[in-house]
Amino acid sequence: MSYVIDRRLNGKNKSTVNRQRFLRRYKAHIKKAVEEAVGRRSITDIEHGEQISIPGRDIDEPIFHHGPGGRQTRVFPGNREFATGDRIPRPEGGGGGGGGGSQAGNTGEGEDDFVFQITQEEFLDFMFEDLALPNLIKRHLAGTDTFRTVRAGISQQGNPSRINIVRSMRSAHARRIALSGGSRARLREALRELELLRQQQPDNLIDINDLELEIQQLRARIDRVPFLDTFDLRYNLLVKQPDPSSRAVMFCLMDVSGSMTQATKDIAKRFYILLYLFLQRNYERIDVVFIRHHTSAKEVDEEEFFYSRETGGTIVSSALRLMQQIIADRYSPNEWNIYCAQASDGDNWNDDSPICRELLIRQLMPAMQYYCYVEITPREHQALWYEYEQVAEHFPDSFAQQQIVDAGDIYPVFRKLFQKRMAT
Amino acid sequence: MTRQPISSGSEWTFELIREYDREIARIAHDIYGLDTYPNQIEVITAEQMMDAYASVGMPLGYHHWSYGKHFLHTEKHYKRGQMGLAYEIVINSDPCIAYLMEENTMTMQALVIAHACYGHNSFFKGNYLFRSWTDAGSIIDYLVFAKQYISQCEERYGIDAVEDLLDSCHALMNYGVDRYKRPYPVSAEEERRRQQEREEYLQRQVNDLWRTIPINPDAHNKHQEESRYPAEPQENLLYFIEKNAPLLEPWQREVVRIVRKVAQYFYPQRQTQVMNEGWATFWHYTLLNHLYDEGKVSDGFMMEFLQSHTSVIYQPPFDSEWFSGINPYTLGFAMMQDIRRMCENPTEEDRRWFPDIAGSDWLETLKFAMRTFKDESFILQYLSPKVIRDLKLFAIVDDEKDDHLQVAAIHDDSGYRKVRELLAAQYNLGNNEPNIQVWEVDRRGDRSLTLRHQRHEGKPLGKTTERMLKHLHRLWGFDIHLLSMEGDTIKAEAHMPPRPGNSEESIPRFDMNIPPI
Repeated sequence: MSYVIDRRLNGKNKSTVNRQRFLRRYKAHIKKAVEEAVGRRSITDIEHGEQISIPGRDIDEPIFHHGPGGRQTRVFPGNREFATGDRIPRPEGGGGGGGGGSQAGNTGEGEDDFVFQITQEEFLDFMFEDLALPNLIKRHLAGTDTFRTVRAGISQQGNPSRINIVRSMRSAHARRIALSGGSRARLREALRELELLRQQQPDNLIDINDLELEIQQLRARIDRVPFLDTFDLRYNLLVKQPDPSSRAVMFCLMDVSGSMTQATKDIAKRFYILLYLFLQRNYERIDVVFIRHHTSAKEVDEEEFFYSRETGGTIVSSALRLMQQIIADRYSPNEWNIYCAQASDGDNWNDDSPICRELLIRQLMPAMQYYCYVEITPREHQALWYEYEQVAEHFPDSFAQQQIVDAGDIYPVFRKLFQKRMAT
Repeated sequence: MTRQPISSGSEWTFELIREYDREIARIAHDIYGLDTYPNQIEVITAEQMMDAYASVGMPLGYHHWSYGKHFLHTEKHYKRGQMGLAYEIVINSDPCIAYLMEENTMTMQALVIAHACYGHNSFFKGNYLFRSWTDAGSIIDYLVFAKQYISQCEERYGIDAVEDLLDSCHALMNYGVDRYKRPYPVSAEEERRRQQEREEYLQRQVNDLWRTIPINPDAHNKHQEESRYPAEPQENLLYFIEKNAPLLEPWQREVVRIVRKVAQYFYPQRQTQVMNEGWATFWHYTLLNHLYDEGKVSDGFMMEFLQSHTSVIYQPPFDSEWFSGINPYTLGFAMMQDIRRMCENPTEEDRRWFPDIAGSDWLETLKFAMRTFKDESFILQYLSPKVIRDLKLFAIVDDEKDDHLQVAAIHDDSGYRKVRELLAAQYNLGNNEPNIQVWEVDRRGDRSLTLRHQRHEGKPLGKTTERMLKHLHRLWGFDIHLLSMEGDTIKAEAHMPPRPGNSEESIPRFDMNIPPI
């Protein structure tokens, strides 16, 4: 007798837990591999997973086995030219030739790496592990004006459309049992007695009448217990939860004056993409605003932002002013988490740097979630850096600046900027 | 005879699977008299097949990272097309569960049904090792219990503690089986009920063993000092640890026991690979050919079937790049076919070598062989000169004292017996795994555990020994000593924690005192 069962619709991810256990155990290895991969490959193709390889000896499960040596005998198939007593030079490096080679493969002699694939999701998890968006909570609570209704258990009050039938019937049932249980038990007993009495003493009318009366009263009492009482009604409770604004806007500010080379822009671009991916993991929706500037600032699209060429001097405050304008027009700080990343090679009109500082401290920073400034230059810091240092003193939690020298610094600097901080 | 094939296309449907199953069952049961458990045929997807792979054939297993590793490995190779998945997995349970992959064609499904549901299934039910060592009826329940118990432990004691313990147990899994003593089957519900009592009882027993207060100083001590504990060497290391390790918590003992039970369940499968696959292959071949003879399947069906049948039983020669040992399907199938041939058409040679079976009833002979042997004894008993010749088997000796390999025997008159003996020995698990036994526990002293490795053909232990001792140390909790013996002489020793320097240095040596020139 056979049964044929279609199991195809059953869960297919029975191994998920085991897979996670594996990733958990080799976290250190994987993290290292991820960090290397981030350094190696262009940030723009971060949209897929990564091949991780772990040295085989770190991962094998040992068992007791025979080592080489002693006298080993093996039988092989497919003889062609050998005759009994032939002597064959010992082949180097095993291969198929004797030496207990068959056992080596699964016991840890093999130095081959264990290679496997992790998904993009897992890749990003490892990449952004230990990183957190600063000041996320503060803004979450402030300025929420949207609500979301969620289920919050069962209530005794509510409107009829929300009646929970199962719960209501259950409590009605419980109430009926509680109120009429005793009477019912007595009723069953009385009925039995009556039956018995009618059989054994059919002419004992007094007792029979008494019993019948009692039964009648009991029935009346039971009937008085209502089937459903308002007391029983249960309602699904819905409550309004404040829905924290999960929208973010990311301003990318870049200097496109003559001193910024394509290589510098590339570095800036990678930094922006990294930031974008990171924000994407924290917010449902992200707007990106590109502002480029030389002596005057302009909001542009991505293509133009990264690839069009401009020449001229540098006035950073122009970009800051434009950003302030855009925030006022489109991104109310009450509804949006505002992030800004500014990349520059550090050049600025000397007279302009103090203006930038004042603008930031007085106007922009209070609305900002986080402002990070990266200076992409191998040279000495310039005036703008020192002015920004003062801004950082005013807003130590939401302002950070770092210097990037070459592409290899991008990820470490990024980590430094968003390193999880101790709660203060 | 007019052919009326059950199906003609390659697409399968559930109705067709049932139809084929009915026909194959009829032939298997009524004509060949195979005795099987009821079948539970489950159709699954490739992903589910990979899941089944990862849990090494257990239909449900407890969680452990090593299964995740298996899974990642399989997934990677499969997705890159480096390997195909097996067409089926079959589980020794009652009812016998067989997984069919949905990608298979109708022909493959029929092949798999014949192979797994009637071949393997009847082997599980018939072979003496499975009959006496595993309990098909309760294994699923036991695995459910094991899974629940281990996840409870994880909740209570943390994932890491359980994982470390399982690592150590898995390392010793091959040493967690009783080779000679037969366990009696216990149902899973009873298992659960007993588990609590066992915890308390075990701990009490262990406490007794390690009691340091002398009970009766005059009478007992003298006797105990003289006797070694355990009195006889113990081969089941996990069992010994479960019962005697001084520091294990009750739940840890239970986990050791679970791993031991699972190892015991798989032990017969490891000992009957050639027979089991050979038997199943023989029967899918025989049953499907019978279907063809009855006109129930088409020529196209047979072509496809034979194509995959031949690739399953292909044996690459030793110098091929595909060679990875002797293919159990090839050897098993060749031997089963050969037994039938010897019964039906014996040659003069067969009458000389196998007077008992030449000319006897093939079905009875074959069933007797299936029931009564394991790989080692089966080969020793039935490997005929013809199979040795067909497979061109030859034996190589690799002795460390010799700088050359030597051909010990080939497929000729003087070599048949030798090849047969050597091949049989190759399937003796006792020869393949180092023979390590518990020798002594220092009960009155430092509580150290001494193991002895008895060398087989002078083979030393491999490189993993030190890590293995660490695992043993984790379970035992006190020092571990491992002596590698050749006869009665100690050839090598290993200690955990490692002893500073060699043992030789502890003995003062005169030549060491001479200052270097």
